[in-house]
Amino acid sequence: MREGEALKKIKSSPGYPSYKRFIKGPVAVIECPEEIPCDPCSETCPFNAIEVGKPITNLPRLIEDRCTGCGLCITACPGLAIFVVNLNYSTEEASISMPYEFLPVPKVGEQVKVLNREGAHICEGRVIKVDEGKDHTRVVTIAVPKKFFEVARGIRLSPDVVK
Amino acid sequence: MNPELSVIGSGPAGLSAAVESAKYGVKVEVIDENILPGGQLFKQIHKFFGSKAHHAGIRGYDIGWKLLKEAEDVKVAIRLNTIAWGVFKSNSRSSIGLFDQQRVFLSKPKKLIVATGATENPLSFPGSTLPGVMGAGAVQTMINIHRVLPGRRVLMVGAGNVGLIVSYQLLQAGADVVAVVEAMPRIGGYLVHALKLMRAGIPILTSHTILEAKGDREVESATIAPLDKNGSIIGGGERELEVDLICLAVGLRPDAELCRMLGCRFTYVPLLGGHVPIHNEDMETTIPGVYVVGDASGVEEASVAMEEGRLAGISVAESLGYITEGEAENEKDKIRGRLRDFRIGPFGSPRQEGKNKILAEYRRWLHSEGRRSS
Amino acid sequence: MLRIYDHPILGKLRERRKVLIEVDGKRIEAYEGEPIAAALLAAGIRVFRYTVRRNEPRGLFCAIGRCTDCVMTVDGTPNIRTCITPVRDGMKVETQVGLGRWGKTR
Repeated sequence: MREGEALKKIKSSPGYPSYKRFIKGPVAVIECPEEIPCDPCSETCPFNAIEVGKPITNLPRLIEDRCTGCGLCITACPGLAIFVVNLNYSTEEASISMPYEFLPVPKVGEQVKVLNREGAHICEGRVIKVDEGKDHTRVVTIAVPKKFFEVARGIRLSPDVVK
Repeated sequence: MNPELSVIGSGPAGLSAAVESAKYGVKVEVIDENILPGGQLFKQIHKFFGSKAHHAGIRGYDIGWKLLKEAEDVKVAIRLNTIAWGVFKSNSRSSIGLFDQQRVFLSKPKKLIVATGATENPLSFPGSTLPGVMGAGAVQTMINIHRVLPGRRVLMVGAGNVGLIVSYQLLQAGADVVAVVEAMPRIGGYLVHALKLMRAGIPILTSHTILEAKGDREVESATIAPLDKNGSIIGGGERELEVDLICLAVGLRPDAELCRMLGCRFTYVPLLGGHVPIHNEDMETTIPGVYVVGDASGVEEASVAMEEGRLAGISVAESLGYITEGEAENEKDKIRGRLRDFRIGPFGSPRQEGKNKILAEYRRWLHSEGRRSS
Repeated sequence: MLRIYDHPILGKLRERRKVLIEVDGKRIEAYEGEPIAAALLAAGIRVFRYTVRRNEPRGLFCAIGRCTDCVMTVDGTPNIRTCITPVRDGMKVETQVGLGRWGKTR
């Protein structure tokens, strides 16, 4: 996949929040731009902020004003395609909460390499929260420099942490 | 004592068929040559897609346990370690030749459901027979069921859903996936599966193929090369990757040889994996009383396999008089609706097309041979 | 280590009874009930047999009993599919050369 191609597809899908919504605080970012039959995200959201409807191949639509950024959808998505971004985490940093299904599970305070959607190393990040999540899908939250909020989507742990 | 219904294969399709018919009172026996039941279901450690009715959000093995519990609850007998080595037609019933590691014997059920699944396609290239080259499904069985890594540094050939999912599961198992190569210019599987890999740093090289596997007696390296838009190898672009495991994820093909033995009519549907027995909307083949379900009737997904299994299970219960035609149609309509819901969109509609072809072939056969199914 | 002792989804490897099998005279450990092929892979053994004409190495391919690439001589009987045959304590497994030879069965 060419650089930036994934982001373009994702940004133009109805699951992606507007910039106006990002600056209001934590919000779900649904990166699911293909018509596949699937709707656990809309079934799980307690605020009815995600809509799929029928047929269930519809692209999930984020009703951004209803979304509180609670993150329940992160572990509901079988495709691990939902993140929660908080652009207002601090004056310098944004936070990204992501589904995580590898070992070792990172620890709070750990420094990690942050990767973009194509797997390129874009910056350094810090693990600020680790949640047991649901059914073995943990939720890891990292803090990154604000400007990377749209592209920071993966982490690589340092070699001495990984056996 | 012969069962009323024999189901060959205890994967999602076979188990669903057995459970459904047993619910209506049919005496069912399921046959499987493996040590464990469940077919390929238990190695699917990822969460399934679909809707709630399709068990969305639940991991494959949890669906497997649910099915097994249901089978236990309705007292379905499962004969494991038993090979169905042949099926023979005599008068109105089929005889199944069985071997259970001790003796050879025949079973003569009134109805037969073939749920024997699919086989992985091989790929030929210099070195493809070296130990260390194996099917992606084989790797999945080894890492998720038997908890053994068949290698540490992996090249995955094929970026369909199987290739993408198994690559991700190899990472979870602690292996190093060096690259995924895909001969087509686009990724064949779901983008969300590809993104999981890409953001973990795994390169997915489209328009690339494997040229050769090298090694003294086992895989030690693989040579890959880029392809131009006509699919020809671009000379000078070859690269050697140090890997000890090469996974082939180049498609599955239906495995319905038992149907062939019986004389069922087949048709060729590339979209569903190759040669499949033709069947009607009740999943019945051209041999009355013989049904085919799951991947053996066309390679799709576990959710589809379960629904098809249920369809056949109800049809058998109906034909044996355990349920009225009206009740049966009602239940079957619901199932057919769910099947239609699953065969839509860019990934689903080609499969619907494939199934439509099979149904059309069946209607043509029915018309031309003038036979009626019992 | 080739055994997956801990896994993010499957959890820790359940401890089961171990048995000893003999592979070409060498004793290796296996978990009771697992397929022969799994025990061999865990011990780093991937060459299971050599072909009839050109004496080429072969090993596991499909792992579900369909392709017969994984066959070995087990307790004197050749052409046993190691991917679906469970281990037994004291089992003798031999790298099969060609079609193998029938020895003492069981």
